[in-house]
Amino acid sequence: MLAVAGVVFFGAIGMLVMAWIRRDTPGLPLIGDREPVAQGLVLVFGIGIPLITLVALFAVADVYLVGQTAPPPPRTTAMTVDVIGHQWWWEVRYPGTAAVTANEIHIPVDTRVDVVATTADVIHSFWVPQLARKIDMVPGRSNRVLLYASRPGRYRGQCAEFCGLQHANMSILVVAQPPAAFRSWLADMAAPAPAAATRSERLGEQLFLTSQCASCHQLRGTSARGLIGPDLSHLATRSTLAALTIPNTMTALEQWIADPQAIKPGNRMPDLGLPHSEVAEIAAYLKSLR
Amino acid sequence: MATTITPRARPRVQRLEQIWAERQGLLGWLTTTDHKRIGIMYFFTSLVMFGAGGVEALLIRTQLIGPNGHVLSPQAYDEVFTMHGITMIFLFVIPMTTGAFGNYLIPLMIGSRDMAFPRMNALSYWVYLGSAIFMYVGLAGGHAPNSGWFDYVPLASKAYDPGNNIDFYGWGLIFNGISSTAAAINFIVTIFKLRAPGMSLNRMPLFCFAFLAVSFSLLFALPSLSMATLFLELDRNLGFHFYDAAHGGDPLLWQNLFWIFGHPEVYIIILPAFGIATAIIPTFTERKMVFFPLVALAELLVAFLGFGVWVHHMFVVGFATLTTVYFAAASLIIVIPSAIQLFAWITTIATGKPRFQTPLLWIIGFIVFFMIGGLSGVTVAAIPFDQQVEDSYYIVAHFHFVIFGAAVFPILGGMYFWFPKLTGRMYNEPAGKLSFWMTFVGTFVTFFPMHFLGLLGMPRRVYTYPSGMGWTFWNLLESCGAYLLTAGLLLIFGNLLYSYFRGPEAGSDPFGGDTLEWSTTSPPPAYNYAVIPTVSSPYPMWDKRDRELDTRRLERGEGVLPLGHETPASTVEDAEWDEILSMPSHSIWPPVSALMLTGIFAMLLLRHYWIAVGFGALGGLALIVWHGKEYGSG
Repeated sequence: MLAVAGVVFFGAIGMLVMAWIRRDTPGLPLIGDREPVAQGLVLVFGIGIPLITLVALFAVADVYLVGQTAPPPPRTTAMTVDVIGHQWWWEVRYPGTAAVTANEIHIPVDTRVDVVATTADVIHSFWVPQLARKIDMVPGRSNRVLLYASRPGRYRGQCAEFCGLQHANMSILVVAQPPAAFRSWLADMAAPAPAAATRSERLGEQLFLTSQCASCHQLRGTSARGLIGPDLSHLATRSTLAALTIPNTMTALEQWIADPQAIKPGNRMPDLGLPHSEVAEIAAYLKSLR
Repeated sequence: MATTITPRARPRVQRLEQIWAERQGLLGWLTTTDHKRIGIMYFFTSLVMFGAGGVEALLIRTQLIGPNGHVLSPQAYDEVFTMHGITMIFLFVIPMTTGAFGNYLIPLMIGSRDMAFPRMNALSYWVYLGSAIFMYVGLAGGHAPNSGWFDYVPLASKAYDPGNNIDFYGWGLIFNGISSTAAAINFIVTIFKLRAPGMSLNRMPLFCFAFLAVSFSLLFALPSLSMATLFLELDRNLGFHFYDAAHGGDPLLWQNLFWIFGHPEVYIIILPAFGIATAIIPTFTERKMVFFPLVALAELLVAFLGFGVWVHHMFVVGFATLTTVYFAAASLIIVIPSAIQLFAWITTIATGKPRFQTPLLWIIGFIVFFMIGGLSGVTVAAIPFDQQVEDSYYIVAHFHFVIFGAAVFPILGGMYFWFPKLTGRMYNEPAGKLSFWMTFVGTFVTFFPMHFLGLLGMPRRVYTYPSGMGWTFWNLLESCGAYLLTAGLLLIFGNLLYSYFRGPEAGSDPFGGDTLEWSTTSPPPAYNYAVIPTVSSPYPMWDKRDRELDTRRLERGEGVLPLGHETPASTVEDAEWDEILSMPSHSIWPPVSALMLTGIFAMLLLRHYWIAVGFGALGGLALIVWHGKEYGSG
């Protein structure tokens, strides 16, 4: 495609350069300026060559290759992942299991995965450039796209359809793992949130459950059943916070809980005005949720 | 060579001066129906809008100059990039091409004394001005549209955008559309009926073919946009559910309606540029356009085919493969008429004797950028590739090469080209060339790296980006290009401003132009031509005998129409003398009607629907008075 484009482009530039070199003489070398010849040039370059290349391009791209980006036919994939776009994060569910996570999709390598892309609010677009085409998440529609990784690794993706204030900070990570590691990860994710073990963790849990946190976030196995924000049952296993906006470190987590609007202005998480000691307790508890 | 006014012809010309005189001073501008003065008002208003859109572009580039930029807040960024798109498309390019260039030049090129509906022409301008102010009031008040220029629902619905931001967009575009619709009707009638005797359709300048195509496109595309935005306002303010999936509506209805307008819109933007190119190229190559009939046909075909490709903006919404393949094929077909025109221009230049003066340089720049934008356009008709780069900076690169490189370069070249005609003075050639090279290099450096950014995964419309993505260098380079580009543009306007006061006298035909406007004085008189010219080829200025005949006909008093405010009408195809039209003269009612219309839309925005009805009634009264004093009020 690039080669053909190059030929056309530099051919045309060549003619313009020729026109400049011979600006004082009418006509081109060899062919002169006779009208039928000039018209012939227009027909060859304007209709002939484009027609051939366009038909070839159409045949290769839109007939032969197009099937590869079509949604995978039913029952041809080994597994399905539901990805639900939210302003401005991604909810990830594994049908058939209790696993719910956010902003990180784990998949087994060498496995055809059917991603069902839907939205909870506005239009988003799921795009992990290294692994798949993009697909819009449109209210009222359930779109599907094939996700396939041949090598283990971490693949970054980002929302591609403008979705409001924090469109820029709505990224996603796809982690492709060997099948065994993936199965073990999925089993961990499907489990309820680990119980608070230490006194400090229990304090953090108590604060979480009694403050506004629980009205938006879910901790499976506890009374926190909010469905507005991401499920935090295994938050400590994720590598980033706020859809890849900041790393999931203790400091960053504390800053996030203390002042989420400073880090990601306009996001749906309010500033709760918690005293610093409580922020630290909650963060410590969340960091224990592996 | 201008028509000579012999002593015998002088009394007739003086009579014309009296008949066509308008009011003096500011009131003259307010009440004018002269297509040239209306064109000039369009020019300056859209130039101000170009400045506003340019400042918005610079803000965007400054925000993105490095990772984690803090020049703009996310809210401000969203408003700025949305207003940049709306401004450049609706408030700059369309009014600049149809409003300024079309208004000023079409009647001159076809040898008429005015547009077919001079007062509606004035109304178009005042409505445009009203809509521009309307939308910028939103920005000034911190409530500018903020969902992007294609304003997808449900992001633009009341639930996710509760302020007035989107209402400025919705009502503003319907308001603006009234102006464009009126202008389109006016151009179609003018081009079909007011051509000088002998200018049959096959002898009409290609510039006029382009504007004919644009006008038809506007007429058929705008209803879709107006409907879509009306539905949006009904959804937002009166509880309708056109786009609400939860109540049986469909957000894709918006996308379909918008792009049924939006893709023809691309050709509406670029066809005038094609027209300007076909006006400049023959003049500076001293050669007739190669394959004139095929180029004329291609211009019309591009406009027509532009209505059948809109789904290529929606290749990733999840339509069935067959649907996307159909629209990919249609999109590829449109390459052919574009390539015909492209190679007709190149061949004309290559086989002619090109003089590389400033206007032609801009056309060469246009050809180069149109090829870049065109070829990247072909690549996105390959569905699998499009599904990768859609909504990324690759697309931003593509459409800026088409809209800025290809559509705006001829506008800038055209400013140089017709500057002597408008002002009677010559611009400065070395500064003109320098401004071209600065803008050319600036444009390339600004927009070409965007291809790479798109392929590196940078989505469009992000207010910031993290470091370590490999995007930092290209963004820095682009921002530097944008500053160079701005310097080039400023040099153009500096050159023209200086030349307006200090430039040498240009005479009526400084470049050896081929179309009729070069036969009248610079600037042209209010009545354009003392004698209505007769035409026998598409290059009337190169038919020396016809122009010598004008002088003798003026002496004999043939085709002068010295008895009233008149212009001849001719038959649609063959342009045989049909009848003499008595033209309405200056009037205060077009701006008054536009003011009432502004009142209507302001009240719709504020949800005072009964007051809007009141403004509607006042507007109706203004229309009655307007038509009650149609003739002889001068």
